[in-house]
Amino acid sequence: MFDRRLVSNFDWGFLLVIFFICILGLTILYSAVTAEYAGTALHPLFKKQVVWLAVGFVVMMGCLVIDFKEFAKLHFLIYAACVGLLVATWLVGHTGGGSQRWLVLGPVRIQTSELMKISLIISLASVYADSISPEGLGFRHLIKPAILCIIPFGLIFIQPDLGTGLLLLVIAGCLTIFVKVEKKVLFILCGAGFFLVPMVWFFGLKAYQKDRILTFLNPERDPLGAGYHIIQSKIAIGSGMLTGKGFLQGTQNALNFLPEKHTDFILSVLAEEWGLVGCAVLLALYFLLLFWGVNISYNCRNMFGSLLAMGITIMIFWQIFINVGMVIGLMPVVGVPLPLVSYGGSSVVTNMVGFGILLNISMRKFNTA
Amino acid sequence: MGGLNKNSDSDWIKHRYIGAGLCIVFIFGVLFLRLVYLQMIHGEEYRRLSTTNCVRLKSIKSSRGLIYDRNHNLLVDNRPAFDLVIVLEDAKPLKQTLERLAEMTGDSYEDLMATIKKAGRAAFYKPLVLKRDITRDLLAVIEAHQFDLPGIHINVEPTRNYIHKKTAAHLIGYLGEINKEELASGKFPNVRSGDSIGRYGVEKSFEADLQGKRGGHQVEVDVNGRVIKILKTVEPVSGKDLVLTMDLSLQQKAEGLLGENDGAVVALDPSNGDVLVMASSPSFDQNDFIGGISTEKWQALRDDPGRPMNNKAIQAEYPPASTYKTITALAGLEENVIDRNATFFCPGFYRFGNRRYHCWNRYGHGHLSVVDAIAQSCDVFFYQTGEKIGVDALARYAHGSGLGRLTGIRLAHERPGLIPTSAWKKKRFKERWQAGETLSISIGQGFNLVTPLQMAVFISAVGNNGTLYRPRLVKSVQDAKGQLIREIEPDITGGLPASQKNLAIVRQGLLEVVHGNRGTARRIRLPGIQIAGKTGTAQVFSRKAGEKFDNKKLRRTLQDHAWFVCYAPAQNPRIAIAVIIEHGEHGSSAAAPVAKELIHAYLGDPEVPTAVVKQDQAHVE
Repeated sequence: MFDRRLVSNFDWGFLLVIFFICILGLTILYSAVTAEYAGTALHPLFKKQVVWLAVGFVVMMGCLVIDFKEFAKLHFLIYAACVGLLVATWLVGHTGGGSQRWLVLGPVRIQTSELMKISLIISLASVYADSISPEGLGFRHLIKPAILCIIPFGLIFIQPDLGTGLLLLVIAGCLTIFVKVEKKVLFILCGAGFFLVPMVWFFGLKAYQKDRILTFLNPERDPLGAGYHIIQSKIAIGSGMLTGKGFLQGTQNALNFLPEKHTDFILSVLAEEWGLVGCAVLLALYFLLLFWGVNISYNCRNMFGSLLAMGITIMIFWQIFINVGMVIGLMPVVGVPLPLVSYGGSSVVTNMVGFGILLNISMRKFNTA
Repeated sequence: MGGLNKNSDSDWIKHRYIGAGLCIVFIFGVLFLRLVYLQMIHGEEYRRLSTTNCVRLKSIKSSRGLIYDRNHNLLVDNRPAFDLVIVLEDAKPLKQTLERLAEMTGDSYEDLMATIKKAGRAAFYKPLVLKRDITRDLLAVIEAHQFDLPGIHINVEPTRNYIHKKTAAHLIGYLGEINKEELASGKFPNVRSGDSIGRYGVEKSFEADLQGKRGGHQVEVDVNGRVIKILKTVEPVSGKDLVLTMDLSLQQKAEGLLGENDGAVVALDPSNGDVLVMASSPSFDQNDFIGGISTEKWQALRDDPGRPMNNKAIQAEYPPASTYKTITALAGLEENVIDRNATFFCPGFYRFGNRRYHCWNRYGHGHLSVVDAIAQSCDVFFYQTGEKIGVDALARYAHGSGLGRLTGIRLAHERPGLIPTSAWKKKRFKERWQAGETLSISIGQGFNLVTPLQMAVFISAVGNNGTLYRPRLVKSVQDAKGQLIREIEPDITGGLPASQKNLAIVRQGLLEVVHGNRGTARRIRLPGIQIAGKTGTAQVFSRKAGEKFDNKKLRRTLQDHAWFVCYAPAQNPRIAIAVIIEHGEHGSSAAAPVAKELIHAYLGDPEVPTAVVKQDQAHVE
């Protein structure tokens, strides 16, 4: 049963990259939470994050046990279970910040939309593995994926968490385009989009809804809310200059001018204290991580495994892009955490599951059966 | 798994991977260049901004909409309140500063310190309010000692000012600080923690109009916190003003007439449902609720047996008593149980089964028609009418007349009252309806419950030929410059279930209540103004048949409630009124005079008495 090749094929390099990102992440989090913390012991949030990372590693290792090809057989079951959790969140979820995103199970609060991301990627990879062809996907190939996407999107949309819902669609869209869509279909879909968007904009939306979307796309429109956060974030980042102010020396950080600095805006703490050099190191690690993911996908001889690896890489890529883009003022303000760096259990565990699956695919890449 | 075997890797797949790789390289390139732009090219500038932490937000308060009466008399405006705030960073040495401050304010050092401790972390970078709405005297002292009190500032905060203390308090309502649940609900996007929202009355119902939208400046400040440059500004939006339908002088008159009595007065304009008066006694001072009501004051209000926090006009349910005979008469005429000329004989009681149901007049009214029966409020006439109609048919008319259901006035906590049916009793008590109970119902006793507002809506519909209006509280919404934003149109909710012919008969009866020879309210006649109305005396506790009480010896809390409902002038009425005086004994002596004074005040003295009135007076003499 147990194949020795699995150990010899284990991707130690990839694990090392993850490990470095975690270490860097904890260092930044330490700065972010300790700045105005009076206690002498470690900050409770820091300790919690260490626990979450440990839990994440265990979960990641757990993901290695089952051959990834089993996921393809079980994909619908996993999907149905995750949709069930989303429905449960909708019915009995915990309300936080005006939306129901959390499902409370004993001491743990699960952000069910996070789990949904992975489950949707597994399902799409399984569907596309059957329909992929050099000619590209036709309309009839896209019906099933469209249904698979629209159900969780609807359930996340009503929480309401438009940001996460759209992220789900973006990940699914990128994977679909990677698989290749017939040119004709692509043109028609783009054409329909060009036609529909203005229609909805001019006839479907009320003035306040348009206003909200414009502010979402351009935070500067709201100088007292999101715009203020962005300017504080930009001051923190810019003031780091080349080498930063030094560990625990950030002034913007210390004085609490930064919103959500231990979660969504944590990059600004890194940028302020470690400067461009620190940012470049983190970006390089992420870049390495993503290329490793693409490489795992490329080298896998099983089509499902390839697409699954690609889907997860796309998921991580978008989280990094949206979060960093937001903090440096290039993207709208969406609550997307920076993988393995932002504080938060759901995000850590979801990403670790993703990395676990990548490692799983990587060590079984020759196993095509 | 089926699909393509990756061993047959072809160029097209390789191309897709190259595409994906290029995308990643491109995006990371953009992110890196942006970081270079912020940290290298503009780094110096941001470093300068960060060393003084100099970009701050300064909030610009918006003012809440004002409230006027129908004649544009100001009822509610905003006044500046002076809050004492501390900036901990600047208040050094803290202990010394607080001790000095405590001496001036009369608080103890410990109390002030406790406030600071309670605020926790947030207090270190935000000004913290130590005391709200300080007096002008204290303000002067603090301003004079500004240099001894580092870090202590005065914040000017617009605060609600209810100009006429206790007047229409239930109608206008008051504000309260928003709580966490309401903030999280997302229903108040423009409100922040610490702000107030409408909690009661019009302040609550029209929150969306009254609430303004806060503005603010993004400013650059120097090391001392002085503003050097305004970077961006969002203008505040003022709340909209309301013009009520209420008439201030009439409202004050009504409250004066209620005096120390517990009770309520509602006056409507029968032509559109405008609420001219809504008085509930005892009242309370809305100004007490500003900045949070003190526990003692709240307990005193809550425990007051007069229930000052209840708007008795819409929240208190009373037996309608004889005022209900108007409904019984309408139902009888419509059901053809009686007609204009039918008479019943009243010997002072009505024998039903083996029980005698008494008329209030033990000596009997003799032979009467429906008009006489209304005028003299004969119980026996309506016992017999009601018995023939039956409880369920009667309930149908009562319901159609707006009783037993909400009037739809835009105020929270309105009560529906109760109009019993046989099905209701079965459900509620698991018991059959007794025919004898129908007799009690017919004269407005028994299970019947109505609110003063419902009676006012009903009687104004009788006066205006049958149109039921939703009571209108707000005439129009206007902006701060007085420009009309929207008008609130009168809203017809239905019509009385009665023909014009039968309504005219009932109206004649109501007219004779005041202007007839033996009318129960003949003492409230006004020269030159015809009033049509109906008295009522609601039993607070039931007496056994035949049992007699000397009401004067009863405890006041057991004495009857006094009702009067009316409209005037009888032809083309301009005002309809419902008055209830709790434990006022008789409608004719306690409630009717209140209505008379209000009618006189509202309509004034007519210059030329009409011919009808002369004739009527002649008839009376």
